[in-house]
Amino acid sequence: MRVKENKGKRRNRLYVALAAIALGLLLAMALPLTGYVLHSAGLVQVAQAQEEEDEELVNQRAEYWRAVRGGVEGYSAVSGPEAGVLIQGGGQAWRETRNGPVSFYGASFIIAVLVAIAVKHLVRGRDTLDVRTGRTIARWPAFERALHWYVAILFIILAITGLSLMFGRAMLIPLMGKEGFAVWAQLAKPVHDYLSLPFAAGLILTLLIYMRKMFLQSHDFAWLKSVGGLIGDRHPPSGFFNAGEKIFFWILFFGGIALTVSGFFMLFPNLGTERDAMRLWNIVHSSTGMLLIAVSLGHIYLGSFGVEGALEGMVTGSVDEGFAQEHHKLWYDEVKGGAPAPESAPAPDATSAAPT
Amino acid sequence: MARMKFLCDAERCIECNGCVTACKNEHEVPWGVNRRRVVTLDDGVPGEKSISVACMHCTDAPCAAVCPVDCFYTSDDGIVLHDKDLCIGCGYCFYACPFGAPQFPQKEAFGVRGKMDKCTFCAGGPEEDNSAAEEEKYGRNRVAEGKLPLCAEMCSTKALLAGDGDMVADIYRERITKRGGRPETWGWDTAYKGDS
Repeated sequence: MRVKENKGKRRNRLYVALAAIALGLLLAMALPLTGYVLHSAGLVQVAQAQEEEDEELVNQRAEYWRAVRGGVEGYSAVSGPEAGVLIQGGGQAWRETRNGPVSFYGASFIIAVLVAIAVKHLVRGRDTLDVRTGRTIARWPAFERALHWYVAILFIILAITGLSLMFGRAMLIPLMGKEGFAVWAQLAKPVHDYLSLPFAAGLILTLLIYMRKMFLQSHDFAWLKSVGGLIGDRHPPSGFFNAGEKIFFWILFFGGIALTVSGFFMLFPNLGTERDAMRLWNIVHSSTGMLLIAVSLGHIYLGSFGVEGALEGMVTGSVDEGFAQEHHKLWYDEVKGGAPAPESAPAPDATSAAPT
Repeated sequence: MARMKFLCDAERCIECNGCVTACKNEHEVPWGVNRRRVVTLDDGVPGEKSISVACMHCTDAPCAAVCPVDCFYTSDDGIVLHDKDLCIGCGYCFYACPFGAPQFPQKEAFGVRGKMDKCTFCAGGPEEDNSAAEEEKYGRNRVAEGKLPLCAEMCSTKALLAGDGDMVADIYRERITKRGGRPETWGWDTAYKGDS
């Protein structure tokens, strides 16, 4: 019996030992699994989410500062337009556009027109009248002449002052020095500012007065085909205004509107125009300004040295009948009661006005 | 030679506007002109940050590039200064500046701009150092006295740092290593692009 008992005890011990080993093994295998248990319980998920959030924060920060560079507006105790904008990027584009293509093409176009005038004058010489009859015919009433010279003189002053601000740094500072140029620029800027309004008024009045006569008509296309007589000896007949003058007018019309509107906003910075708009107006203003200067050079040449008999019309009011016949045949015929021209004649009292 | 720079630590700036006030007082800046301003982003919501901004004294300064009278010059310390005797008040520098630094006192009617005024890094202008003429036009010249800009000197949290760019960057880098997070040298990539 004792032996049996001992045997039983021994067996029990063996079972306990085996159970202990089994439990140990089970625990050894199960403990590492607690990671999964914790994971499914959500604890590890929280830690991961935290990590994700951190990542998101980092991205948010990057986004944040990217937005700041993009010109996002914040709050500032300092008042003023756009005071809340930390960084605005448009200035760089404006700088590159103004100092680059606008300056380059603007100057190139003006020079190209000057070269074209010089070449024309050297090759073809002055367009002299075939016949000077000595009889005159009234062309420009006193009011229109006064308006023309008013606008012309203001335009030349504005052109010189405007070009000084555009190209003075490159062209005048080397000649005059910074101090010398600054004295001129400090005069040029207010002169440009203050004369702009009387100029705009005169320009708008001019555009309104002549607009009706400036629509292109069928005979104008024939004139254009011969480039106003440059091809061939004699240009096709034209009315009171020829096609070249009409095209000059429409450049002046649309350019003048762009010039006036853009200038208006730049003249009054206190209207609260923001920098983006100001930069756009500046590009519009300088481009159209240089365009109008270039085409006006052509107008000035043709109206003075280029064509004999043209300038005296704008000075005295009357042109020689030879000039009228040669350059404005349809208008001449109409005034002389010939074949009715499609364009209306000037006021009847103007035709009887004597040259001064 | 030192290359002077500003650095504003957005994690430290508390929008107290002390720098703005210090600047205005030190230089007797005219009414309506603020050489420095504090901008708060996301004001009142979590993630709010404030930045103190003035002229950053850019390496390739856009203001200088567009000035019709070429009145800007860069000092040996990399400070962008201008000559008010040459300025015509056209406003081009203000159109070009990324930071909105150039300011214009209203001179007359119709909003005509006076001569441009901006942060000088407390380094005055072309006149003789700390002469009456210089102080009248540009304010105090602290740099000539061996001092740094007053805005940064007076900053209560030392968010605004001013001085040699390398030293300023070292201070900021040290802060970042201690407190963690990513560095944000705000405005530097705009102002000092291509700088060594």
